[in-house]
Amino acid sequence: MNRMKRTPISEQDPKVRAKNFEEVCLGYTEEEAVLEASRCLQCKNPLCVGACPVMIYIPKFIEQVKNREFEEAAKTIAKYSSLPAVCGRVCPQESQCEGKCILGIKGEPVAIGKLERFVGDWSRENNVNLSETEPKKDKKIAVIGSGPAGLTCAGDLAKKGYDVTIFEALHETGGVLVYGIPEFRLPKETVVKSEIENIKKLGVKIETNVIVGRTANIDKLMEEEGFEAVFIGSGAGLPKFMGIPGENSNGVLSANEFLTRVNLMKAYRDDYATPVKIGKKVAVVGGGNVAMDAARTALRLGAETHIVYRRSEEELPARVEEVHHAKEEGIILDLLTNPTEIIADEKGWVKGMKCVRMELGEPDASGRRSPRVIEGSEFIMDVDTVIMSLGTSPNPLISSTTKGLDVNKWGCIVAETATGKTSKNGVYAGGDAVTGAATVILAMEAGKKAAKAIDEFLSSKDN
Amino acid sequence: MFKIAKKKLLVPNIYLMDIEAPRVAKSAKPGQFIIIKTDERGERVPLTICDYDEKKGTVTIVFQTVGRSTIDLARYEEGEYVQDFVGPLGRPSEFIDENIEELKDKNVLFISGGVGAAPVYPQVKWFHKNGIKVDVIMGTRTKDLLILEEEMKAVAENVYVTTDDGSYGFKGLVTEKFKDLVDNEGKKYDYVVAIGPIVMMKFAALATKPYGIKTIVSMNPLMVDGTGMCGACRVTVGNRTKFACVDGPEFDGHLIDFDEAIRRQAMYKSEEGRDALKAEEGHIEIEHHKNGGGCGCCGGDR
Repeated sequence: MNRMKRTPISEQDPKVRAKNFEEVCLGYTEEEAVLEASRCLQCKNPLCVGACPVMIYIPKFIEQVKNREFEEAAKTIAKYSSLPAVCGRVCPQESQCEGKCILGIKGEPVAIGKLERFVGDWSRENNVNLSETEPKKDKKIAVIGSGPAGLTCAGDLAKKGYDVTIFEALHETGGVLVYGIPEFRLPKETVVKSEIENIKKLGVKIETNVIVGRTANIDKLMEEEGFEAVFIGSGAGLPKFMGIPGENSNGVLSANEFLTRVNLMKAYRDDYATPVKIGKKVAVVGGGNVAMDAARTALRLGAETHIVYRRSEEELPARVEEVHHAKEEGIILDLLTNPTEIIADEKGWVKGMKCVRMELGEPDASGRRSPRVIEGSEFIMDVDTVIMSLGTSPNPLISSTTKGLDVNKWGCIVAETATGKTSKNGVYAGGDAVTGAATVILAMEAGKKAAKAIDEFLSSKDN
Repeated sequence: MFKIAKKKLLVPNIYLMDIEAPRVAKSAKPGQFIIIKTDERGERVPLTICDYDEKKGTVTIVFQTVGRSTIDLARYEEGEYVQDFVGPLGRPSEFIDENIEELKDKNVLFISGGVGAAPVYPQVKWFHKNGIKVDVIMGTRTKDLLILEEEMKAVAENVYVTTDDGSYGFKGLVTEKFKDLVDNEGKKYDYVVAIGPIVMMKFAALATKPYGIKTIVSMNPLMVDGTGMCGACRVTVGNRTKFACVDGPEFDGHLIDFDEAIRRQAMYKSEEGRDALKAEEGHIEIEHHKNGGGCGCCGGDR
């Protein structure tokens, strides 16, 4: 074995997978996982652990995988994370755990994410029981939102014995894991549902179809329903549009709408009632992971798909692996290009997108090279569907209906980084609701820290 | 799961249902709506709240079977359960926050088209409860399709029914009746609320504009989540983009870009849906919409 080289992992052929919604990466077999685990140097001061937002003790679970102690490995991870099969798939490991792996200096870092995924999948397939909790405490905690932040916070508090109820606005639990990230990156039925089942097995109750701010509100939950603490993990689900002429034409939609129709409502299947319309030639405006997800989804629905981004490939905010997969599947990158107007036909449907070419200027104070319009470079892209993927911001529904909850100028809830404590006593917040759109694992980290702080807050109330 | 406590066929193809949803019933206010999804494979269908009973924990909805999802919902019987029922969504009507004494000095007219009578009803009822007299024009294509007439009469000062074919009440469109009331009967209105098919709301807003009467309409664009996370329901109001599900659904009718809204509403009209509608409504539907009348034949499915 060459310790510097990663054990290869099998993936669906790009030509085949471009036409289906099955998972792209097929995961390690037991043999492959054991082989990859044996590359780990078992550092005394493992840098990978510090780079994991939830501080999973990585060398230990890898050692257990190497020794074929898969069940023990699952239990090791469960101490830190309730969503290993999710995180192993969607974390940007290159900038977290794997980014700090010593082997990465001279060769390829250990495939920590793929090993975590292997353990998560193995424990699901082998029904490993991870539902151990401390003795029950008679204290009710409300968690708002069932995305990664809320699930993690709820899971951690349930392990401590608290009586936890999650309130979710949609009809399914999981937040962005079910409506946002596509099936081909994160299977819903197997992976997401079963990890949520694990959290339910800890005793967490889930009420779907409850919109806090409308169906119920935080003040009433605390005053009338006896919840002693609240964690807000409501995310950042409000889509941004460009504000350019023609943006309300038929055929222009937010990435959130497109992905919700396809992922949550399963519009790509004929036996589900929700429709989705995708044209022959689609432009996805933006360069983040959501843009990649939207583009790869549009491609699978049969469209020629372009990513339109105002900076160059180097600045694409999406994960390198996602960009690589997108290109393999046939997504066309139109870089240094910025839309200025949507052009509609006489019936109001998109028939083109007016764009300008951009060039990158000198780095600004933040070190980013800001794009500038090249004079006279205007041209028309011939497209019939435009998907806007420009980022999202927190929904003001909760903050506007809760007394004494401070938000900043971007509408993000103000909360202490270390604890998630907000301006309102007993109310904690974390994840995208606080930071604006970020990553799954950072939301989990915030949920974890808040759970610890809530436990301390409620314990000190007794004394 | 949400139990159907009551189901009633009001007139052909228009059903009333009471759904057990205590949290929604407790928080609901006039002007708001809910989203219902019958089963695992169903779509999320927005419907305006017609009534609510906090004690019983029920919410009343009225819907017309116009497409796959409403036809599917109509198959559910009393005692059965629908999978998802979420709300109340949207902002309550703005008059809820106004001073009751000041409202009493105002002359308010409601105009409903077809199944739009259902969302108008809780608002008129609210005025009645607060001791304020309001008038209502209820438009329908023909006498047999008129709904909630008795209920409306119990809470409104005057109810004027209009039918396109003259089979009952005033023969003609709601907008013609409005002009008749103001021009010929000396009625004065300070505030109009018009709810019904989008074409009817457009023409109602056009009719009130020359008189300078503030006119509120309840927009019914396509929706997916109804919580502000997708923008499928965006409408242009006074040249600004608004999300009807969180900023509305009620807006100033004189500021709405109705032509854009009508075009966006048709975005997903499937061949199947159009054919079903044609078979049911025949030629009248098309002719009728050319005239912009308040039949309600496309009003139930938001």
